[in-house]
Amino acid sequence: MYAQMVKTGVDHIQSKEEMSPEERAFQDRVDQDIKIEPKEWMPEAYRKTLIRQISQHAHSEIIGMQPEGNWITRAPTLERKAILLAKVQDEAGHGLYLYCAAETLGVTRDELMEQLNSGKAKYSSIFNYPTLTWADIAAIGWLVDGAAIMNQVPLQRCSYGPYSRAMVRICKEESFHQRQGYDAMTKLARGTPEQKQMAQDALNRWWWPSLMMFGPSDAESVHSAQSMRWKIKINTNDELRQKFVDQTVPQAEYLGLTVPDPDLKWNAGRGQYDFGEVNWEEFYQVISGNGPCNRQRLRTRVKAYEEGRWVRDAADAYAAKKGARAKAQAA
Amino acid sequence: MSDQAALFEYLLRLGDNALILGHRLSEWCGHSPALEEDLALSNVALDLIGQTQLWLNLAGDVEGRGRDADKLAYLRDARDFRNVLLVEQPNGDFAATMARQFYFDAWHYLLLRELTGSKDSRIAEIAAKGLKEVTYHLERSREWVLRLGDGTEESHERMQTALDDLWMYTGELFETDEVDQAMIRSGMGPDLSTLHEPWLGLMHATAEEATLTLPQPGWAQRGGKRGMHSEHLGYILADLQFLQRAYPNATW
Ligand SMILES: [Fe+2]
Ligand SMILES: [Fe+2]
Ligand SMILES: [Fe+2]
Repeated sequence: MYAQMVKTGVDHIQSKEEMSPEERAFQDRVDQDIKIEPKEWMPEAYRKTLIRQISQHAHSEIIGMQPEGNWITRAPTLERKAILLAKVQDEAGHGLYLYCAAETLGVTRDELMEQLNSGKAKYSSIFNYPTLTWADIAAIGWLVDGAAIMNQVPLQRCSYGPYSRAMVRICKEESFHQRQGYDAMTKLARGTPEQKQMAQDALNRWWWPSLMMFGPSDAESVHSAQSMRWKIKINTNDELRQKFVDQTVPQAEYLGLTVPDPDLKWNAGRGQYDFGEVNWEEFYQVISGNGPCNRQRLRTRVKAYEEGRWVRDAADAYAAKKGARAKAQAA
Repeated sequence: MSDQAALFEYLLRLGDNALILGHRLSEWCGHSPALEEDLALSNVALDLIGQTQLWLNLAGDVEGRGRDADKLAYLRDARDFRNVLLVEQPNGDFAATMARQFYFDAWHYLLLRELTGSKDSRIAEIAAKGLKEVTYHLERSREWVLRLGDGTEESHERMQTALDDLWMYTGELFETDEVDQAMIRSGMGPDLSTLHEPWLGLMHATAEEATLTLPQPGWAQRGGKRGMHSEHLGYILADLQFLQRAYPNATW
């Protein structure tokens, strides 16, 4: 997902007997679906894990602006241009809400940005792939926003209040993005032979990276179990991936496009699709910096941040002067 | 020039200004100094794209040759574009973008305010809608001129340079040619030269408050309104029109 592999810092799941009274009271609240709010006591590992998860999500929104922003100036009609610009703008807004949610846990946006810029923080592997044609923009809306929704819809019910509320706002917009992407893809699939080919090519290139978005299988992972116990993760990666495949394959068929997986087959017994194995070697390479665009994405982000520093400084200096003048006047 | 031809030209000018400036601002998305600015610059760009659609669709109607806003935006070459030179200037640093924006917004605001009284109700309606948006654009760009002018030493210097560099492109905004004359005669558009004084008033007041120096009146670059552009426009169109040119007659 946008947070594909989040470590919790625990090595086993505590039983209630092992917990301190505070920890037990906290877990009871989580079990009863009572939202945890910023001022309440929470285990340090919960707080840290949430910061990691929310900031990975926020960074993904921000880095994700690049592959799509790549086509804003080249969108094919005024309407498509407006839709794409508004979409990328929404992603900036998502980043902003999420950084705000993370700030309630005692870390600043600047600290988080420094972590991203230094390469220390992770973001979703998907945004390290290039957008080569216009159809990639349609495919991202359809597949990438579609995959994001799969995991973000359940997170609306997550245990941490500010994160859960950010998810409610974000999910509304993400499903809008998904529909717009599918609509753009429909235009291509029903268009000229060249457009149809462009659509198929985009599906070929984005299908597997989209499945990687859910992260490797975590059914056995202690981190995943802990996160689920804390209700900051609701489903396993494999459950979500399966759900995504089951939802998306019929959509591709409806468009007359072929999903690039020879092992894909409806399994009537399970009532689900069987599908091939993701290339996890590629995933680990991309997540550790060797994807086609990792360096480019990070460099672009750092450049914007560094080149914007004097502007942010000026805004601060001006606000301080203005404040001082207002004070002097009042005195 | 017939009145109808003049009206078509005039609407192209309004539409092309919005189109090209909106395009320039959209280049910032994802690269601006802060997330808040990505949001705000995109908002302004989106307003301008919306205005482009209204002006160019009306231009197409007036022309009566079956061209809509997309055909006009995506299938004309540079010499047929009618935007002023100011809006096609590169983004430069954030100060250059904001200086360009402030010069333009102040003029745009004054122009649209006049156009709300146009005898052509279609023009008056689009102007009224645009005026609401541009009122906010102007507030924002003026605020940034103040912040950068009266911020740090570096920002002051950058903003002063930006004002100086772009000044020569402002003269064109107030020139009146035969198209403008025709609009004045028919009561459809204002005499642009009358906007100069209120515009200068706002410029001087803002520069003073921002501790900046407004450049002296001097030689003006001109030609955009008649299709004589800078080299920059060709590259804008290469991006903007790429898909429509590479895949003629496709729908998107
Ligand atoms: Fe997203
Ligand atoms: Fe998003
Ligand atoms: Fe999205």
